Amino acid sequence: MCLAVPGRVLDIEDRDGTRMATVDFGGVVKEVCLEYLPDLQVGEYAIVHVGFALQRLDEESARQTLELFAELGMLQEEFGDAWEMAAAEAGTDPLEEVHNQ
Amino acid sequence: MKYIDEFQDPELARRLLDDIHATVTRPWALMEVCGGQTHSIIRHGIDQLLPEQLELIHGPGCPVCVTPLEVIDKALEIASRPEVIFCSFGDMLRVPGTGRDLFQVRGEGGDVRVVYSPLDALRIAQQNPDREVVFFGIGFETTAPPNAMTVHQARKLGVRNFSMLVSHVRVPPAIEAIMSSPSCRVQGFLAAGHVCSVMGVEEYPELAERFRVPIVVTGFEPLDILEGVRRAVRQLERGEHTVDNAYARAVRPEGNPAARAMLEDVFEVTDRAWRGIGVIPGSGWRLSSKYRDHDAEHRFPVDGIRTEEPAECRSGEVLQGLLKPHECEAFGTLCTPRTPLGATMVSSEGACAAYYLYRRLDMPATKTREATPVV
Repeated sequence: MCLAVPGRVLDIEDRDGTRMATVDFGGVVKEVCLEYLPDLQVGEYAIVHVGFALQRLDEESARQTLELFAELGMLQEEFGDAWEMAAAEAGTDPLEEVHNQ
Repeated sequence: MKYIDEFQDPELARRLLDDIHATVTRPWALMEVCGGQTHSIIRHGIDQLLPEQLELIHGPGCPVCVTPLEVIDKALEIASRPEVIFCSFGDMLRVPGTGRDLFQVRGEGGDVRVVYSPLDALRIAQQNPDREVVFFGIGFETTAPPNAMTVHQARKLGVRNFSMLVSHVRVPPAIEAIMSSPSCRVQGFLAAGHVCSVMGVEEYPELAERFRVPIVVTGFEPLDILEGVRRAVRQLERGEHTVDNAYARAVRPEGNPAARAMLEDVFEVTDRAWRGIGVIPGSGWRLSSKYRDHDAEHRFPVDGIRTEEPAECRSGEVLQGLLKPHECEAFGTLCTPRTPLGATMVSSEGACAAYYLYRRLDMPATKTREATPVV
């Protein structure tokens, strides 16, 4: 829930007086609001939470974090289809498989 | 059990662990506040790599878990109304209210939508001027600024059909409540990194001093957690109790000033009930009177909804670190992620779900404790 994912700013535009960016999270691209980091520039990295850039991050630590999150499936949890996940939880126990291994 | 060679940098992990093992000479109990950290600790088996004398207590830092049943019931009532499009983060879909959840409300015909960002909900409101669009605004200090900005924008743009059901919570009053409990066993805190990315660290020195506990701002990745633990136990062994920042790459002392200013404008501090724990004074945010027109509790008749928490779920004790998940009689039998008794089992960040997922079913109960509620 409080997971904030590092992403790289691809471009920036003004929309209805709000500074918005498209941000790349290791292949997943999302619209992100820059109002809390108004001087963030194209090519820079920031940690992003629910569509808002909250703090700058250097490239190296951003890249390492993204790799780790991808490996752990956490990007899927953050950007995947929540209905599918909820349906899986409600219908069959996705954990049974884990426990039966 | 995970192994150290699965860490991103096994050599560094080994060095940190060696240092922790060399430092610890006495029993200590640390609490990680954030549910994301709990998840990471159990997923990587970090607690099992630490010295036996060092206990990690899992704190109440999962916003999904602590959202009170009464608020969930209000959400379900609002989401069931035919004129409403109810928008929520995906985490809330399966959190049980009294008898049902948002997932079931949609099955019964409710227009429940999952959004990635609260701004998506605002856009839905702009696209559907003849419908009432309500966003479920929960979360800690990390999630509050995005929600605050969205309400601010709704007011600025005159989107009158947008409102928010707000149940925000704040970390420092929770730390205060935990430390004030007579049954408190916590001797040091790993503070939640992303909360501090927003709020900075200014709220913590007073708590560290008053309760004589080290507070170490800590990130979420396994190496971050080991470094946070290392710095906390060094302080404990030396008899120190200061605020230390082990997550400096994402946390500045002042946090994010623009976000803090927006929080001041949109929200006001209020007493807030935490699921399974009870009311903690000053521990929440609600919309300030300036934004009352966008307050879903003001717009819809939900004032009469009063819900008592069920007695059989012991998640309150888990959230306060008085009970480990696998020590609960219902764990893994009556209570599983498919049939959760409480939110700590349904949320992937909840301590009970983390224990269930990462095979802590057959661990022996190690300690028994007096279970006295915080409040």
